[in-house]
This record gives sequence, C-alpha cells and structure tokens, in this order.
Amino acid sequence: MKGNSLYLDGVSVVFDGFRALNNLSLIVEPGEMRAVIGPNGAGKTTMMDVITGKTRPTAGTVRFGDHDLTRMDEASIANLGIGRKFQKPTVFDALTVFENLELALKAPRGTLAALHWRLGTEAHEKIDETLSEIGLTAGAQDLAGILSHGQRQWLEIGMLLMQDPQLLLVDEPVAGMTDQETEHTAALLRRIAGTRSVVVVEHDLEFVRALGRKVTVLHEGTVLSEGPIDQVQGDPRVIEVYLGR
Amino acid sequence: MAPRRRPYTTAALGAALLLLALVPVLNGLPDTHALHVSDFIVSIVGKWICYAILALAIDIAWGYAGILSLGHGAFFALGGYAMGMHLMRRIGDRGVYGHPVLPDFMVFLGYPELPWYWLGFDNFPFAMAMALLVPGALAGLVGWLAFRSRITGVYFSIITQAMTYALMLAFFRNDMGFGGNNGFTDFKDLLGVPLNTRAARAGLFYAALVSLALCLLICAYVVKSKLGRVLVAVRDAESRVRFLGYNVTSYKLFVFVLSAMISGLAGALYVPLVGIINPGEFSPGNSIEAVIWVAVGGRGTLGGALLGAFSVNAVKTWLTSFAPDFWPFVLGGLFVAVTLFLPKGLVGLLRRRGG
Repeated sequence: MKGNSLYLDGVSVVFDGFRALNNLSLIVEPGEMRAVIGPNGAGKTTMMDVITGKTRPTAGTVRFGDHDLTRMDEASIANLGIGRKFQKPTVFDALTVFENLELALKAPRGTLAALHWRLGTEAHEKIDETLSEIGLTAGAQDLAGILSHGQRQWLEIGMLLMQDPQLLLVDEPVAGMTDQETEHTAALLRRIAGTRSVVVVEHDLEFVRALGRKVTVLHEGTVLSEGPIDQVQGDPRVIEVYLGR
Repeated sequence: MAPRRRPYTTAALGAALLLLALVPVLNGLPDTHALHVSDFIVSIVGKWICYAILALAIDIAWGYAGILSLGHGAFFALGGYAMGMHLMRRIGDRGVYGHPVLPDFMVFLGYPELPWYWLGFDNFPFAMAMALLVPGALAGLVGWLAFRSRITGVYFSIITQAMTYALMLAFFRNDMGFGGNNGFTDFKDLLGVPLNTRAARAGLFYAALVSLALCLLICAYVVKSKLGRVLVAVRDAESRVRFLGYNVTSYKLFVFVLSAMISGLAGALYVPLVGIINPGEFSPGNSIEAVIWVAVGGRGTLGGALLGAFSVNAVKTWLTSFAPDFWPFVLGGLFVAVTLFLPKGLVGLLRRRGG
C-alpha cells in the first residue's frame, strides 16, 4: 500500500465569488515531508479540506495514487490512508484517552465490526505503546475533556499514529504551545514521519526551518514559490507578500 | 475494556426490576390483605414499563448518538397499531355486526373485503414482526434521507416532528383502513387469554417487564461496545469521526433503526394493556413528552431513561387525578427546570449526592 503520491493540478475553490484556491498545483512524493507556509487567507486550510474531502473543488484534479479524491467522502479518503490533524485539536471529550486511541486504531470500520469488536492483546499493546510515546500513560483512563491544550494535541497525534496513515496532513501543530511543548511535538512529528508522506502547515518559521525540508509558499490560493527554505526566503515575491512584512 | 464500571447502578437496576415483578403477585393477594394492590395499579405500572422501554429507545439515539427525534411516538404508535390489527382480527365474529372476517368499522364503512395490508395479521408472530419491522423500515427511510444529507440537530428534530404529525393526519382518515379517529378497541383476547382478566393483566405485565429487561441488556451491549463509543464520538464531534474513516451515516442509521424497533415493541406491549389505540398516539405532544422523561431522568445513561419514565409518569398519574389541567404547565416547567439546573437529570443529581 505504501507509495502513493499526492497530486493536485489546477485546483480552484470558489466560495460565493471568493477564490480560496486559485489554480493550485502541488505534488507530494511518497515519503516526502513538505512544509506549507503562507499568510492568513492564503488557502492552506482550504487545501487540506480539499484533500480530505471536506470541501469539493470547483475545478481541478486531486489524486492520491490512482484514486480520484474529488469523488470520495471524508471516511473513504481516511480509509485510503490519509490522516489529518486539525489546527484546533479535536478529541472526544466524553471518552477516555485510551478509548480515543482505540477508536482511531486501524481496524474494520463497519457498524457490525464495531458492535462485536474485542480489544485483542496486540491492539492493547499498540495502544499502550502509543500512550507512552505521547506521555499519557498515567492518564489513560482520564476523560479526554480534562486534558490541557498540549496534551490534547499529543492525544490527537497519538490518534493519527493509531490510524497508521500513508499521508499525514498536519495543520499548525505548535500553535499556542510553550517552547517545551513545541520541542516535544517536533520530536513526535519526526517520529511519525518515518516512511510516510507528511504535509505540515505552519506559521512558525523557526519550526519550518527545523524540519529542514522543501517548502511551498501559498499566496492568494496559488503557489507563489517552492524550494528549500533558504531559496524561498530569498525569493523577492515571497519577501514582498509574506516574509518582508 | 470498560474502565468506568458502576456496579451499584447495575445492582439498583436489578433490584428495581425484581421489585416491579412483585406487583402482579401482590395483586393476587386477597383484597383484605394489607399488601394487596389494585388492578388499576397493575395496569398503570404496566403502562409505565412500556413507557420506560420507549424512554430507553429515545435515550440510545439522543443520549448516546445525539439524534434528537421528536417523532418517536410515531414508532410507538405504529407498533401499537400492528398489535391492534392482530387484536381486531382475533375478535372474529364476536363483533357487533358478527362478520366472520371484517372488523366492525369495516362493516360499518362498507368495505367489501379485507384490505391487502390486513392480511396475515391474524397470525400473532406475523403481527409482532410487523410491530418491529414497520417502525424499523420507516426509521430506515427517514434516517437514510436525513443522515445522508447531513441533516442534524434541530432540523432533524423538526423533520421527525412533521413525520409523526403527518402520520396522525393520515391515520385520522377513515379511508386509510385503520378505523379513522376511533382507532381500534373492544379487543376480546390475546393468544387465547381473555383480556381484562387478572391473569391477562399479569401476563401482559410480565411480558412488558421481560421485554424491558431484554431491551436493557441489548441497549447496554450496544452502548458498551466500540459501536457505542463511536456513537458518543459522533454526538460530540461528528465531522472528526468521519476523518477517522467511520461512515457516520451507517452508524446513525443503525442506532436510529434499532431505537425505532424498540419503540415499536413498546407500543405493541402497550395496546393490549390499555385496550385501545387511536391516532391520538401519533400526536406530536406525546413524542415531546417522552423526550422530557429522558431529559428528567438523565440522558446518556440507561438507568436515567428508566428513572425519568417512571418518575415523571408517577407524578403525572398523581397530579392528573385531581388537577389534570395543570399537567402541561408542570411538564413544561419540568423541562425548563431540568435544562437550566439539572442538565444531567436525576441521575446527575444522585451521582453528585453519592460523591
């Protein structure tokens, strides 16, 4: 299954006359980690919405390997192996940390499978492993609703680990975090990346620099510049619209 | 994996069901005995048991999956009508007009023969199956159309309210073949036992009680399974569940159809106990009242649904015996008070008291 590339070509999204994405084209190779930056309103989150099936593009092609993502719903896209981490961490407050991970664990998603689901030893070990990785072993039986902001972010990252996706979309993972939390998150993301493709949307340039990978700059819904961070930072157009301000 | 066990709740529920089982026994004591309970108490508590089954059904959809249906009375009434049709067929030639096949109202309205959709209802297992399948099929259709289009929250509530209202208007019509505004009554017997006897009342009471226990077990199995946890997740963050790869529509459909079938069962048990079914059972107010039971008891806990159904109906029976005009105000006030001061219902209050 590993080894699908993400391919966006000429994608436009128009909301009531506003072009959130304008002829956006982007290719993410299998195993590649890509940082996407851009000023507010550049279309970063809309791009993620299009890839994950939340928003239908007005025009253009979105493919993951052989699959046409524009014809699939969110659940089928998730089951293809595309995981998403939201800007605002969304975990299930009324369930325990353990149960949150259990729901995310890669397993048959049908109603009857869920009705008769029994947690096996292997699955239990996998969850325990993730719990220690995200530093929540002690709080495994706490309701997710009582977690701090940082812990919620890690739980959500843990849920992505359980999903075992091929392509991971991460929206502003360190927004609102302390320095220490940011460090922990960066380490977690590097660990997750492994052999997967990862697209990280981030405002924090230091964080992007630390990732040290190819950067795509979005502006007004289209790709303004693409390349290593130093090249991008030297691009006069980028300086004008984003970095220079 | 059930990290939050509540052994006391289970014990309390079991004890309550056992206590209820004593009611027909006490009814069998001689009238002069201090512990004797009247026939009236047996039928009224039997009715509350049927209401408790309906409350369970509403709770698994609303309390766990966040699907607030304001039309569950329709599923209850459809189950009741299926049972009513069976009871009408069992009257046979003992009706006022003495027709061997046609129920009285059909003779009166000049039906030449039994409409096709009445065929088979003389058979008890068939009628019981219909009491579950017809509400289930209706819920499947309405749910599929609504959930697929991602109609949620108050919009869904309004659709279900309209559904029960439309069914009420339809069942009021004489040419629907369901007895119009008179509905069905004057039942004679069920499974060979004459109704309106002490034995029949006890039998119906125990049938309802056993059904309640079974529904409780089924609902507990569902909500304690991973499916139950997916439903809670859907209730709290529906779109997030989709991004985990779950087909939310099929999960919601599953619980909504199950809930409708349990409601149908409740209605089928209710009709022989009260001896009548008419289109008034579809009235939107009934559905809203049933939702209030669950809110008062505490939604999202199975025990809460039962507690709410019994306590609100006990108050209703007591109050309407001397001031029936007051009831709508009390009911409305109760809903406002619970929403404002007791969002977790009586169960929340008990838990707080219990530490």
